[in-house]
Amino acid sequence: MCSIPLRICSTDPDARGRCIKRNSTQREKNSTEVNMASCSRAQVISLYRMLMKESKQFPSYNYRTYALRRVKDGFRENLHVDNPKTLDMLINQARENLAVIKRQVSIGHLYSAQKTIVEKEPQL
Amino acid sequence: LKLIKSRELEKDEPRPLYMDFQATTPMDPRVLDAMLPYQVNYYGNPHSRTHAYGWESESAMEKARKQVADLIGADPREIVFTSGATESNNMSIKGVARFYKAKKKHIVTTQTEHKCVLDSCRIMEAEGFDVTYLPVKNNGLIDLKQLEETIRPDTSLVSIMTVNNEIGVKQPIKEIGHLCRSKNVFFHTDAAQAVGKIPINVNDWKVDLMSISGHKLYGPKGIGALYLRRRPRIRIEPLQSGGGQERGLRSGTVPTPLAVGLGAACEIAQQELEYDHKHVTVLANRLVQKIMAAIPDVVLNGDPDQRYPGCINLSFAYVEGESLLMALKDVALSSGSACTSASLEPSYVLRAIGTDEDLAHSSIRFGIGRFTTEDEVDYTVEKCVQQVKRLREMSPLWEMVQEGIDIKSIKWTQH
Repeated sequence: MCSIPLRICSTDPDARGRCIKRNSTQREKNSTEVNMASCSRAQVISLYRMLMKESKQFPSYNYRTYALRRVKDGFRENLHVDNPKTLDMLINQARENLAVIKRQVSIGHLYSAQKTIVEKEPQL
Repeated sequence: LKLIKSRELEKDEPRPLYMDFQATTPMDPRVLDAMLPYQVNYYGNPHSRTHAYGWESESAMEKARKQVADLIGADPREIVFTSGATESNNMSIKGVARFYKAKKKHIVTTQTEHKCVLDSCRIMEAEGFDVTYLPVKNNGLIDLKQLEETIRPDTSLVSIMTVNNEIGVKQPIKEIGHLCRSKNVFFHTDAAQAVGKIPINVNDWKVDLMSISGHKLYGPKGIGALYLRRRPRIRIEPLQSGGGQERGLRSGTVPTPLAVGLGAACEIAQQELEYDHKHVTVLANRLVQKIMAAIPDVVLNGDPDQRYPGCINLSFAYVEGESLLMALKDVALSSGSACTSASLEPSYVLRAIGTDEDLAHSSIRFGIGRFTTEDEVDYTVEKCVQQVKRLREMSPLWEMVQEGIDIKSIKWTQH
């Protein structure tokens, strides 16, 4: 069910609408399918967006760049996962990581330090 | 020889880039997250047997032990928590040598080992043991035939580090392990720089003792572990006496938050090993190729293939290492191991691989790790190339080389 590539849905809002509709028609066809709420397309995308948004808040240059890179690569790696159990596990892992990132971002703000030399200062 | 003056950063001064991952590593945020509950609420002593504080602390410690064991392919009962790889190395060398001293009086190690191993061996010499310091080839690797010939019937321990912290060279541990097993000699390896970075399996490699350092794999400082094989059992004479914790091998309260941090770091390292290795390799190749393409007369110390890519030791001919480090003040680098940088002598590791005296003085170690970015590498390369060119312009030796004079044929006179 959730094997539709993420790429199609992420940026084009029309495409997103189409594929959610595709989801629901398939749901009607296969009434014996496992409850789809746990691994819906929209959930995965929203998780991805939240992870990226939180990761951007890391005050530390190295942690921030690592989190953004790792989240992107992690989602890309699992693009074609089909098995609902694996998907559930991955989504739970993503939720836990989101909680970790939120806490560590707060700690970073509490104990902030100077910026590193490669961070581009916003031009005034 | 001027030494770099230590000076803390001003309030708004930008921080230098961290490119010294062999000295220590920043803690992964996931590790800190795992440790904090045990610093705030779950602060019990893991050896307290009578209340929930102790039980929960002990359960966390045992979970961490399993995480460490899983990373190296061992059984949790074979892991002893220590205060770091230095303590683990001391325990291994002194412990094994003293336990088996009735019949075995010989220890074999290499010339490129970490200071703590070499120093422990020196203490053993003073206690009446024979120690052989094996030389290494020009690429930093040991000669297996030479090792085989050096092992005597009364050798109790062979100690060879997996990945060197100064030049990044990876020794043929599997072959050495099999050789030692066939000769019935215990094999210890200091894997501080290798754990979590390359795949390790103590049973494949036939290793009997292994030292692990927490702060080299994005874990906390102040904790490490020692792997001690159970089958066939290796016994050691404990270094630290007391209440009999850690099966009597290392008494003292196990610092639960640090142990939890080490365990979390090991679990994360196991999951991220392939991803990190790929990332580090790409960045390391980028750094070396860009530098070598931009300036001539740069030497990579150590074998180009049998290495861990994240530790790059380059010698820039006709440039003084200290001056280059001072010029690269925006990048945190070092010219050798942190333990030896206090003295004025060039690194003994570079001397052991046969580097020329003047090239040894011109070497810099670049460390790349999980958190290094492409921008950091590019900045480092740009500054390095710029400063090397500038320093060479000012160097009379460089002028002479450009004119075609062979430096080595010059007869310097005394005044």
